Amino acid sequence: MVDLESEHIKTPDNSRFGFLPVPGSSKGKAEKRLIFREVLFRRTLSLSAIVIIVLLICMFLTLVVSSMPSIKALGLKFIYGQTWDPVSDVFGALPFLVGTLITSALAIAISTPFALAIGLFLGEFYSKNWFSSFIQNAVELLAGIPSVIFGFWGIFILVPIVRSIEMKIGVLPYGVGILTASLVLSIMIIPFSASLIRLVITMVPVNLKEAAYALGATRFEVIRYIIIPYIRSGLTAGVLLALGRALGETMAVTMLIGNTQVIPKSIFQTGDTMASVIANQFTEATGKIYFSALIETGLLLFVITTIINIIGINIIKRFES
Amino acid sequence: MESTILRTENFNAYFGTSHVLKDVNIAIERNNIIAIMGPSGCGKSTFIRSINRMHELTENATTKGNIFLDGNNIYEMNPTFLRRKIGMVFQTPNPFNTMSIYQNVIAGYTLNGYKLSKADKDVTVEESLVKAALWNEVKDNLHKKGTFLSGGQQQRLCIARSLAMKPEILLLDEPTSALDPISTSKIEELLLSLKDSYTIIIVTHNMQQAGRISDFTAFFYLGELTEWNETKIIFTNPKNIQTQNYITGRFG
Amino acid sequence: MKDPLRFRETRNTAFRIIVIFFTLVSIIPLIAVLVYIFRQGISVINWHFLTSLPKPVGEIGGGILNAIIGSTIIIVLATLIAVPLGVTAGIYFSENSRNKGNRSARSGVNIVSYFRELRKSWVYRAAHLGVDVLQGVPSIVIGILIYLWLVKPFGRFSALSGSVALAFMMLPSIIKSTEETLKLVPHAVKEAALALGVPYYKTILRVIIPAGMSGILNGILLGIARVSGETAPLLFTAFGNPFFSFSIFKPIASLPLIIFNYAISPYEDWHKLAWGASFILVSTVLILNILTKLVLKKWKVQY
Repeated sequence: MVDLESEHIKTPDNSRFGFLPVPGSSKGKAEKRLIFREVLFRRTLSLSAIVIIVLLICMFLTLVVSSMPSIKALGLKFIYGQTWDPVSDVFGALPFLVGTLITSALAIAISTPFALAIGLFLGEFYSKNWFSSFIQNAVELLAGIPSVIFGFWGIFILVPIVRSIEMKIGVLPYGVGILTASLVLSIMIIPFSASLIRLVITMVPVNLKEAAYALGATRFEVIRYIIIPYIRSGLTAGVLLALGRALGETMAVTMLIGNTQVIPKSIFQTGDTMASVIANQFTEATGKIYFSALIETGLLLFVITTIINIIGINIIKRFES
Repeated sequence: MESTILRTENFNAYFGTSHVLKDVNIAIERNNIIAIMGPSGCGKSTFIRSINRMHELTENATTKGNIFLDGNNIYEMNPTFLRRKIGMVFQTPNPFNTMSIYQNVIAGYTLNGYKLSKADKDVTVEESLVKAALWNEVKDNLHKKGTFLSGGQQQRLCIARSLAMKPEILLLDEPTSALDPISTSKIEELLLSLKDSYTIIIVTHNMQQAGRISDFTAFFYLGELTEWNETKIIFTNPKNIQTQNYITGRFG
Repeated sequence: MKDPLRFRETRNTAFRIIVIFFTLVSIIPLIAVLVYIFRQGISVINWHFLTSLPKPVGEIGGGILNAIIGSTIIIVLATLIAVPLGVTAGIYFSENSRNKGNRSARSGVNIVSYFRELRKSWVYRAAHLGVDVLQGVPSIVIGILIYLWLVKPFGRFSALSGSVALAFMMLPSIIKSTEETLKLVPHAVKEAALALGVPYYKTILRVIIPAGMSGILNGILLGIARVSGETAPLLFTAFGNPFFSFSIFKPIASLPLIIFNYAISPYEDWHKLAWGASFILVSTVLILNILTKLVLKKWKVQY
């Protein structure tokens, strides 16, 4: 605590400058302490920012360095090779790339209409009554359910359903597979997409909408001709960010995709994603190249999700301004 | 103790490359009320914010020239310590919303780590609220948060908060422009009553206000101090054409 | 002849119904999952379940106490690691985004101050980008990284490494909500304090942060709610432990891990344990979410 001499409040009139540092006296001490604390504070703040930068750089470098053995041994074959064989040290990640992309794309396709509906519901139709806060809370709750629980539920509820559908259609009734994983994935990203869409919908300027209403437009027409075009870039960003989220989703997908390292030929077949192959095989990976190949898979996943997320965030930033 | 409490010497202020105050030379005597006037953008707020070195807290704000507080160059002091001797009241009342009225008044001490006994604190709070003409209205509610106070009362709370530090100078930046006429006149009365113990510098847009309460008026135009004289002289016989135009309302 | 107005009105109503319908349908999975978990889980929850260890396969009964304790330990530790760094970084971002300078402001702009500004702004932008990137990093990748940093060099799984992994995942939430909350505190409050001669660092610590406390706490609670269900980062860090463990340098059990391992096992008994654990986990997340909302409502400082 700073305490300056003679700063007691009951000072006689002519020494009201009790706070004023008298030149030459212990003013120096109090002021030095103050300056020290100010500088310390500012430096700590800057340090925290630098820590973050260093952290991110180290993260990237670690992944690259640990992937080196695999990069050296496999080169580009890692990306287009279809065989994943730990026994003979041949690792081609194409099945996982395909699996990841298909499940994510399918999840986005299934979830977007629902997310759009929720976004419109909360942002446009019923933004301020008890019904909408109920829906709002429900969506937030949905977002809060852990991935592993979705996977668990999926195994016992969804898989039998899919299995019976598959039997009716006449394909091999695995139950698990691309379709099941995509379904659960889509449920999981709905809240995320919905809140993004709602955000951009509320950013549409009120006077644009009012002008349309004043001309006699119905709500549907305002949505179709005013709101949707206005938020188009925001919607793109929303899709991208949801995609980024879906790509990295691990647990539910691992539990429901069937875990076979081949490129699936239909959505009723089993497959694997980059995240799920890491989750399943990482702790069993003996062998230097095997281990490094899994890390390289992680690196690939990291790079892809980062690029997609950064693009999405930049679009939103541009949309906001 | 000399009678000149504040003196500026070729003082200039900048925002980046924009030259906002040009070679201001002014000497202010103790225990007066000084009105700072001029059209928008003439630099009056910048001027008083330079007195307690708040100006330099803005990005790209710089100064040239000196200001002397009671003979001491303020640029040779630590700005934090300087600000404890100068009180400032802003255009919109800004009491601390997380603190009670009592804590607000004594905030200058508690936030700065001065240890006062409870008795001393009580005395300071009461004295300051009395001087700010707010004591009777809040004395039963000292430990409540000030959110129930009206705009005028909040502004008087801010004045009490500044007075508690026993400053030599009280700076007010358009303190009543956001208030209704009754609150405004209460505050003007209050400032007149404070004249004997403090030197008051008030920026105002309101000419009638300057005429009502100030002893001296400084008139700024485009960053220059174009006229500086006793208020009654300025209002009846302005020397400068811009002053005259402003007073007669040719521009605002 | 078709009445165009009537058509438009019908279309409008139809669209509205479709939107409501789709919205309600999206809630169905939520209800389905919650109902399932509660129904299956509630039959398993009893005092024995909450206070004993899991039994080996074949033996009936068993509990998840080690997982409850383990989760608590990991989450508390993760919070202790993430909050200081997160709040500090959040303060940095909110203070530097307005580009405030408090440097010696004499004699105009010069070349030194220009470069100082440039340097300061790249730190800000790089760090901000870093937070955005961190937010999007898949949880399994964080698991890999912490494994490489904290497990492999020491040759063992540990609760500490699990906590660090979870701390990484909490950081973006804490940083962003701290930044946003502090930005919302009006500039006038800061000016009032500075004009009273309160030094800058005290203004931030004793005036601005208390004013933004509810938002900061909100971000922390949200971060906790999010990581309490995370499994992937713990797969190769905390790893799981069938016994009690209070040491942060040994592997430790946690609720999400137990749910994962038991759910994919072929044993009916273990499935039951997993349902019970799921019930506990979902209830905890629910309570945390409600708590977050209450904190925000009760402590929010209005301006």
